[in-house]
Amino acid sequence: MSLPAFAADMTLGARARRVAEVAAENADSVDQEARFPQEAVDAMRAERLLGIQVPISLGGEGASTQEIAEVCSILGQACAASAMVFAMHQIKVSSLVEHGGDSEWHRDFMRELCARQLLVASATTEGGIGGNLRNSICAIEIDGDICRLTKDATVISYGAHADVIMVTSRAHADAAPGDQVMTVFRKNQYTLEKTVDWDTLGMRGTCSDGFIFKGEAPAAQIFPKPFAEIAAQSMLASSHLLWSAVWYGIAADAVLRAQAFVRAAARKANGTTPPGALRLAETSNLLQLLKSNILSGLKAYEDAKAEPDQLSSMAFSIAMNNVKLASSETILTIINQAMIICGIMGYKNGTPYSLGRHLRDAHSAQLMISNDRILGNTSTMLLVQKPDTSLLG
Amino acid sequence: MNETIRELLARVGGLPVAVTELEDAADLYAAGLSSFASVQLMLAIEEAFDIEFPDSLLNRKSFASISAIEQTVAQIVKAREAA
Repeated sequence: MSLPAFAADMTLGARARRVAEVAAENADSVDQEARFPQEAVDAMRAERLLGIQVPISLGGEGASTQEIAEVCSILGQACAASAMVFAMHQIKVSSLVEHGGDSEWHRDFMRELCARQLLVASATTEGGIGGNLRNSICAIEIDGDICRLTKDATVISYGAHADVIMVTSRAHADAAPGDQVMTVFRKNQYTLEKTVDWDTLGMRGTCSDGFIFKGEAPAAQIFPKPFAEIAAQSMLASSHLLWSAVWYGIAADAVLRAQAFVRAAARKANGTTPPGALRLAETSNLLQLLKSNILSGLKAYEDAKAEPDQLSSMAFSIAMNNVKLASSETILTIINQAMIICGIMGYKNGTPYSLGRHLRDAHSAQLMISNDRILGNTSTMLLVQKPDTSLLG
Repeated sequence: MNETIRELLARVGGLPVAVTELEDAADLYAAGLSSFASVQLMLAIEEAFDIEFPDSLLNRKSFASISAIEQTVAQIVKAREAA
């Protein structure tokens, strides 16, 4: 046997599929026990997926948002919680890549993130702000070269399992609620006191517990740009797109199961078309719509990245909001259709056609930044925005 | 124009500080202008100056300060006069 036959396929897709295998094996126990998908995250580290977005010059692979979305979708087909952890980590990394390049500390940190495959979590939600991450109550205190922050973070996904947490706060004690900064804190620079348990319908493995966060770090770890800019220029788009890619993965796996069910029924049916076949055709149509919607969003983001003004335009925000709204709603319809196709075999746990976990995980999509909030935000922008009605524009 | 913009900002901006205390170059978002209020401000300015902001100018930068708004409005008025 020749040597190359032993070499693993090191394309991004192949690496993601190897992680997905591990994630799929553990998906049910992660869900049942509401535990962190440690095996899948270990596999992500082993395949060195955590640093792929960092530029090559800083030790990463310079992966595009499209490539990362593909990894999210591959993982999402195996275990939605593992995929969501990966997506949320990459959303934080996108802030570093897009907004940390001018700061020596943040550049060094990106090198370290790749070398040590550090997992990054996010603490943007705070008790009392009503779910609007663009407002903070807590303020960072800067004392010479040191900064200190205490935050009542009602949700920090995989907070207890992360190596690093990026935390938003007001920029100083007198700052307005919307005048925010984001700061990188390493594990040895903070303490977490658990306040709320994550016991939920779905996405149980993201372990999004609530904590009182207390951190102290060199002030150089504060992002040099206002959080408003980071949120508008990279976080909004990468969140909506990468989440949608995870959700697409859940829906795609549900359709796969429904199709397998119909195929098995067709084999037994001796030439008659099984009753679920027509509904499967409808569902495949919806899945394609979902996919096209995400792909056009990914393309719009890549195009807009070349023009910073475009990134902060209302048209772009509306487009990204629409991607999120459509994908979070469509997956529920798709998975519900798949459940009707598979019938009791889909409703039951532990069959090859089980869809309970898919459906429960998918229900989180409308709530991760509430669709009502997003609709409200879009409706405000539509008061002044002039739409581009061209097909290609 | 500066005065009109300041009047509108005071009326719909919902800022926690007095508009008279803001310098022309002061960052309005840092002063507490919310995205909802910024849209209300855009609508009020469109009405007051009888203009429409093209999509290319509907971004954070165009409304970042009183002087940025002035420049944005002046740019639209000038383009209309040239047309």
